[in-house]
Amino acid sequence: MDFSVLLQDIPTLLVVIIGVPVVLAAYIVGGEYLVRRLPDKNRPRVRPWIWVGPALILVAGFLLIPAILTAIQSVESNGVDVLDPTTWGANFVGFRNFARQFADFPTGGAWIAIRNNVIFWLLFYTLISLVFGLVLAVLFDRVKYEQFVKSLIFMPMAISSVALGLIWDFMYEYQPPGQEQTGTLNALVTTFLHHDPVSWLQDQWPGESFNLLNNLALIGAATWGITGFAMVILSAALKGIPAELLEAARVDGAGELTVFRRVILPLMMPTIVVVGTTLVIFALKAFDVVYVMTSGNYGTDVLAYRMYNQLYLASNSGGASAVAIILLVAVVPVLIFNLRQFRAVEARR
Amino acid sequence: MHALTKGRALVAAIAAVLVAVACGTSSTASGGTVKVMAEWSGQEQANFLAVVKPFEDSTGIHVSYESTRDLTAVIKTRVAAGNPPDLAGVPNPQLLSQFASQGKLTPLDGVLDMSALHQNYSQGWLDLGTYNGKLYQVYSWVSLKGLVWYNPKNFTAKGYQVPKTWQDLITLQGQIKSSGTTPWCIGLKSGGADDGWPGSDWLKEIVLSQSGPAVYDKWVAGTQKWTSPEIKSAFTTWGTILGSNDSNVYGGSNQITSASFKTAGDGLFTSPPKCYMHNQASFITSFFTSDNPSVQPGTDFNFFPLPDVSSQFSGAHVVAGDSWGLFHDTPQARSLLKYLTTADAQAIWVKAGGKLSPNKKTPLSDYPDALSKESAQILVGTQIAKYDATDNMPADMRTAAWQAVLKFVQNQGNLDSILANLDKVQATAYQSS
Repeated sequence: MDFSVLLQDIPTLLVVIIGVPVVLAAYIVGGEYLVRRLPDKNRPRVRPWIWVGPALILVAGFLLIPAILTAIQSVESNGVDVLDPTTWGANFVGFRNFARQFADFPTGGAWIAIRNNVIFWLLFYTLISLVFGLVLAVLFDRVKYEQFVKSLIFMPMAISSVALGLIWDFMYEYQPPGQEQTGTLNALVTTFLHHDPVSWLQDQWPGESFNLLNNLALIGAATWGITGFAMVILSAALKGIPAELLEAARVDGAGELTVFRRVILPLMMPTIVVVGTTLVIFALKAFDVVYVMTSGNYGTDVLAYRMYNQLYLASNSGGASAVAIILLVAVVPVLIFNLRQFRAVEARR
Repeated sequence: MHALTKGRALVAAIAAVLVAVACGTSSTASGGTVKVMAEWSGQEQANFLAVVKPFEDSTGIHVSYESTRDLTAVIKTRVAAGNPPDLAGVPNPQLLSQFASQGKLTPLDGVLDMSALHQNYSQGWLDLGTYNGKLYQVYSWVSLKGLVWYNPKNFTAKGYQVPKTWQDLITLQGQIKSSGTTPWCIGLKSGGADDGWPGSDWLKEIVLSQSGPAVYDKWVAGTQKWTSPEIKSAFTTWGTILGSNDSNVYGGSNQITSASFKTAGDGLFTSPPKCYMHNQASFITSFFTSDNPSVQPGTDFNFFPLPDVSSQFSGAHVVAGDSWGLFHDTPQARSLLKYLTTADAQAIWVKAGGKLSPNKKTPLSDYPDALSKESAQILVGTQIAKYDATDNMPADMRTAAWQAVLKFVQNQGNLDSILANLDKVQATAYQSS
């Protein structure tokens, strides 16, 4: 590995290593110094703002303002410099960019991406990860080697999603019938099921208008990466259930299934809902697996990838912003629900 | 009063950060480095590094090379962020013209020795890099498209003859197919948004040699409708090569769409052969030899130019190449660019195989084998040379065309709806660029 690139730009390196911590420390010390000089009763009102200030500036600068600019850009003609306020009214095109995304139902515009996100990914990705996560959490709770297997299941979380996509690219690899199958899945399919190999990522079974198979293949790869996340959080919630409750249920003669259904599940429900809604958000913003494995071809496009394509390949900032806003509108209700639910869980503790 | 001081402190703190960052970035012009970005990885990257090695040795300038297969997106991001590489080698001239129109590129007229360039480069290559009367991009290697690669040993074993006419080719593929083997190997996977381009190469060759350069130019310019008889006929002609349900191609549509263009041709070298012919540009030889170390040019692989579909436009060829654009006019970048346009530099590239030199001074004797010499001669002798059509289309037209290729291969029966959709893209794509 060649680290000489780090030394190419020594002033920047110094700023990063020394400058940033110094400025932050100076800000904190200086802020505290100023707060101390305030009259006692004002201090509690000012101090939180000093501490939360940098975070607020970052959120405003990197999230809020860009989001507003995106919204503006989504109703402007393409190629306008959105940072220049004098252009704002002049290039207004109404909802033309949105109309283009919603044109020609069901195959034109963004419809395939919307279908994949809002039906396939949302449904299958969320349910598969959640069900597997829950089942694994509950079952592993009962074995001695729990920590070990949980680490194994959690491990894909540590892999970057691009590497994950490449790994599954190999898993799904296709060779024509009769040839030695280099992909793990096709090796299994041909050896044990005596079925012709399947080109998982290109095959649009059951049909071009409802291509489920390759979308499921992508979703399968993505769930492999996220199930561990669902499992650890659900497992933590499971551990939080008092043993006396389970004990009492068993003493009263409840079988293990009844205990799970009547005691464990209701008590875990708030956590399940939070994990589920988080997964829904992940499903809506899916990008990397699609980018690496199919580039959105063969009817596997998703909104985030479409946005990327519109912006970088088509240089269509208006269209990309419109897709971004569609995505935002889809995510916001889930986000609000998720935050509320999260607060409810916290309040119960 | 107190609030005011707090505000001032905050402003001062932010200003300090900004000043520090600004100082940091403004002094990046480092002593002897030139940052280069292109798509070449693996063997192609090694060849490029071999080309610049003598330059580094003689000038002491370090060439810092970055490679990405998602070049368009990466370069656009870097340019938008004000942090482009010094030099970029891109396969689609349309991208660099776009940067030229935005004033992001340095015109090369004052950078390179123009009189030498005019002596060494044919006008066609310079015209391709010219925007608004100024030269913005220059080629250091090019490739010839529409070459059909075959394994002479397999041809001899079966007594197959190299086809001279389109009809010969159709007869040959029927002959191969009736003997129980698929005639063709095709692989359309490339990565990023580039999947499908190798199939578009077929269409370009067919459009050019079936309907001629005038239709080809209109097609590139977006004034020839995809649903027009000429373009539709190119698709159906390619369909006769693919056969019904792609039955003329090894592995059918599943294999075509899931095989990489880099390895698709390897079927020529297996025993028994998986296919007898593979259509790819001249650069593919470096993939043949790096993938199959034992194969030798001439004995294990050879090529014939794709026969003319119509004799009316004989001798027509599609060419392509990676062109350089200068984003930062530093002395180091200048001298590297000058070096890359010389015959000395291009000779190294040519010797490594797979690349042809646009510089007329590059001696034919530098080509490593009879094959590349022959393709270099074809390039020089081409009567109708046209630059790669899809690489010259606006980005979303290009991507849509490549996606259309994938859809066509998966189901040729959908041709009409595929073409109608391309017409829709065409209607908007040319406005936005």
